[in-house]
Amino acid sequence: MSAVHVSTNINGDDVEFVCRPDESLLDVLRDRLGMTGSKEGCGTGDCGACSVELDGRLVCSCLVMGAEVGGHKIETIEGMAQGDKLHPLQQKFLEHAALQCGICTPGFLVAARNLLERNNDPTETEVRYWLAGNLCRCTGYDKIVRAVLDTAKDMRKAAAKSSAKKASAKKPAAKKKAAPKKTAKKGARHAA
Amino acid sequence: MPLDANTPDLRTEFKSVGTRPNRPDGVDKVTGRARFGADFALPGQLTGLILRSPHAHAKIKSIDTSAAEALPGVKAVITYKDIPEQEGCDKDVLVNIMARGTALYDGHAVAAVAAVDASVARKALKLIKVDYKVLKHVTDVDEAMKPDAPVLHPGRFEPVDFSTLENAAHVSGKEERKTATRAHSNIAGRYVFGHGDPDKGFKQADIIVEHEFKTEATHQGYIEPHACTASVSSDGMAELWVCTQGPFMVRDVCASLLGMDVSRLRVTPSEIGGGFGGKTTVFIEPVALALSRKAGKPVKVVMSRSEVFRATGPTSSASMWVKIGAKKDGTFVAADAVLKYQGGAFPGSPVEMGAMCAFACYDLKNVRIVGYDVVTNRPKQAAYRAPGAPMSAFAVEGVIGEIADKLGIDAIDIRLKNAAKEGTVSSYGPTFGPVGLVETLEAAKAHKNYKVKLGKNQGRGVASGFWFNFAGNTCVSINLNVDGTLALALGTVDIGGSRASMCLMAAEELGISYEDVRAIIADTSSLGYNDISEGSRVTFSSGLATIKAVRDLKVKMCGRAAKIWGIPEDAVKWENGAAHPAGSNAGNFPPLSIKEIAAQASATGGPLAGHYEINAEGAGPSFATHVCDVEVDPDTGAMKVLRYLVVQDAGKAIHPSYVEGQFQGGAVQGIGWVLNEEYFYGKDGTLQNAGFLDYRIPVCSDVPMIDTVIVEVPNPGHPYGVRGVGETSIVPPLACVANAVSDAIGVRARTLPMSPPKVLAALEGVAASKA
Ligand code: FES
Ligand code: FES
Repeated sequence: MSAVHVSTNINGDDVEFVCRPDESLLDVLRDRLGMTGSKEGCGTGDCGACSVELDGRLVCSCLVMGAEVGGHKIETIEGMAQGDKLHPLQQKFLEHAALQCGICTPGFLVAARNLLERNNDPTETEVRYWLAGNLCRCTGYDKIVRAVLDTAKDMRKAAAKSSAKKASAKKPAAKKKAAPKKTAKKGARHAA
Repeated sequence: MPLDANTPDLRTEFKSVGTRPNRPDGVDKVTGRARFGADFALPGQLTGLILRSPHAHAKIKSIDTSAAEALPGVKAVITYKDIPEQEGCDKDVLVNIMARGTALYDGHAVAAVAAVDASVARKALKLIKVDYKVLKHVTDVDEAMKPDAPVLHPGRFEPVDFSTLENAAHVSGKEERKTATRAHSNIAGRYVFGHGDPDKGFKQADIIVEHEFKTEATHQGYIEPHACTASVSSDGMAELWVCTQGPFMVRDVCASLLGMDVSRLRVTPSEIGGGFGGKTTVFIEPVALALSRKAGKPVKVVMSRSEVFRATGPTSSASMWVKIGAKKDGTFVAADAVLKYQGGAFPGSPVEMGAMCAFACYDLKNVRIVGYDVVTNRPKQAAYRAPGAPMSAFAVEGVIGEIADKLGIDAIDIRLKNAAKEGTVSSYGPTFGPVGLVETLEAAKAHKNYKVKLGKNQGRGVASGFWFNFAGNTCVSINLNVDGTLALALGTVDIGGSRASMCLMAAEELGISYEDVRAIIADTSSLGYNDISEGSRVTFSSGLATIKAVRDLKVKMCGRAAKIWGIPEDAVKWENGAAHPAGSNAGNFPPLSIKEIAAQASATGGPLAGHYEINAEGAGPSFATHVCDVEVDPDTGAMKVLRYLVVQDAGKAIHPSYVEGQFQGGAVQGIGWVLNEEYFYGKDGTLQNAGFLDYRIPVCSDVPMIDTVIVEVPNPGHPYGVRGVGETSIVPPLACVANAVSDAIGVRARTLPMSPPKVLAALEGVAASKA
């Protein structure tokens, strides 16, 4: 098996690596690039601990081959905070104690961000179905769901403020996006 | 000066304790920076992989490793021969980490390789030739007790003559009483608890309910697979980085299995991605060390998820019989139980604890519990959150639910009537001190969830639960830094926010801010021995030791202040983060803050540090009451948990968010146990569902918010009243959900999991009997 040379973009940086054809994107991130923030809980697409975005789509990096990410854009947990400023989701996870052991946390954060980028006003049920591909064995999910809903609330407030500033009361606040469906998300993950 | 380290002065007013600050390790964990077991790497490390038996029970006639050894890139291949038996080592652990002559379960380790990368290692595994002779196997606990069952350890356990024992008929049926005639058995142990005379007691009963129950084995299901990196150098010095609940245990067990001096092995615990009891023993650690020793290079071993399911410890499956007699007014007059737990291929199922917990919630005059520890061809069970208790509570609380229904008494009232209190002689022996079961029942009854009106096909269940909580060996150091901040070194790994709790207790005791204390988990060479993070002991024991270490430091700081002021040491007291003269006779000095004392430490006698070592006692039991509402779909048998309430006595909640988190996490694990989770064995004795797709733990959309109420009945054995909270929360859910289902559709589930087909079959049974 000869190694493959891949040029890609991770968290906004151009990255080059070589990998064997049998290595997953998760293997490459963790073992070749030292980005161990994405976790392997199963290696079979069942736990979501390895969640990353591939061209804006939420995928399990254990199901993506390293050799196929050439020319794509990857976002991982390592790119979530901007410098020393945590992403609002990261902050809310801390405040709500939405992590106990923390092994599932990077996957949940990546998945939740992907949800809130599509829909900043999800119902509890929508949050629960969107995150149904991420397993957490410690928390019983309660505080995770609260942290995500609370972040969404803050994001809407911030959005309302900035749109009020920009367009002085001409338009109502951004329209709600269509609710993500469980099937759509599962499909997105496994199609990768 | 109230600083006598032995005075258990119960504090009731708090500044820091009871608040909810962000945890000190939080930012690392939300940014991906925290290093878990598999995140560690050493230069030049090899990849270690383990070959596992594909058979449930097989004689290993020969192992040929020559082709694997010859493969380029392979640096070491080992079998049991490379881990010779050492005098005094734990033989069962030795056999479990690497089969010696017989493979005892599907997934039992047989050989291991270390190679330059994973793909070479995988190839090498395929080149190892093992010649097996397949033997008859047994995986079910009742089957394993039968006279014709294949015996796992010939010559080890004496046969049991049931005919002479209590409740023989409920142990294994009539024919099995002949067991006395067989040469050997799979019964590794028998435990009896109780007092009074149940047979007489039942004669006073107006109603008696008895049933048989079965629960399946479930796995702890921590999301982080076992992982470690071992480095043994040619002079025999070794280091190990590992995700474990007990770094000191790992060090001592590995040293004894590998014939090393304990001082030569240093174990550094990584962040741990869940354990729930499953990381309280060794599996891959001695293998990684043996591979590294042979290869002369560091070796990293990470289990796959399927290895975690096949070869690490799930909990026991159980077969139980419970009988309770009550008066018309609901007073229990007698209780009796037989519990049979299989613990996999080695002795040690948690049946003893299951037996002790079974009736612990109730004040019983006549009670008896007999427990049997049975071996089968399954992986060696490991502790799982309140080990042994959820199963026996499932049976006992189910019977109580039925008695309450039959007598027309409210589910909480019947428990209140019989609840254990301070002074109750527990069913397992000791007399309870102050305990909070009654308070949890009253709080549950007063909660809004208990008043919600239920709709069609909906039902409500109630169950209570008990766990002892452990204490044990603990050792803590606290170092005063030059700027007056503190470094707290703990020896108990942090599974769910315990560093935050320790910092809160240290800050409270010193009267300083939480931010000024930073806790680390020390490696095994930096602190004295600490028992495993298990038994809900961490916040209690390490908390106790932290408080006492701080008190030790306070005495020393007061001494320095006395020196500076030129007054006797006992004329100084510590208050609000500073040393003060104790009373006007001591002199009129302005207080010396911790920062000022720290700055002058060098000039007044050198560095300042506090220590405390103890084999702690005085852990306080924690009781809980759960209330659950479900809705069952009569067409499919599927059920939905609508509402779930956990009420539990924490003694004192140090960081309430993490206490709630323990309540919620345990409850959802219990819900998984009732609804879906089970080890499913094929006819050939191999595990059929060794992955998260087929072994289905609850996902986010399966559960509602988990409501919590923290009850605080202080534990007099801890300076702040702390009880452990981690385990009790998994005890009631099995029965709680089952009782709710019964309330909804009139079907009593006595076999877990209550998967939709089982519920549907039961529903059809009810319909047929009505037709
Ligand atoms: S590691 Fe579990 S889904 Fe990728
Ligand atoms: S916090 Fe441990 S698995 Fe989610």
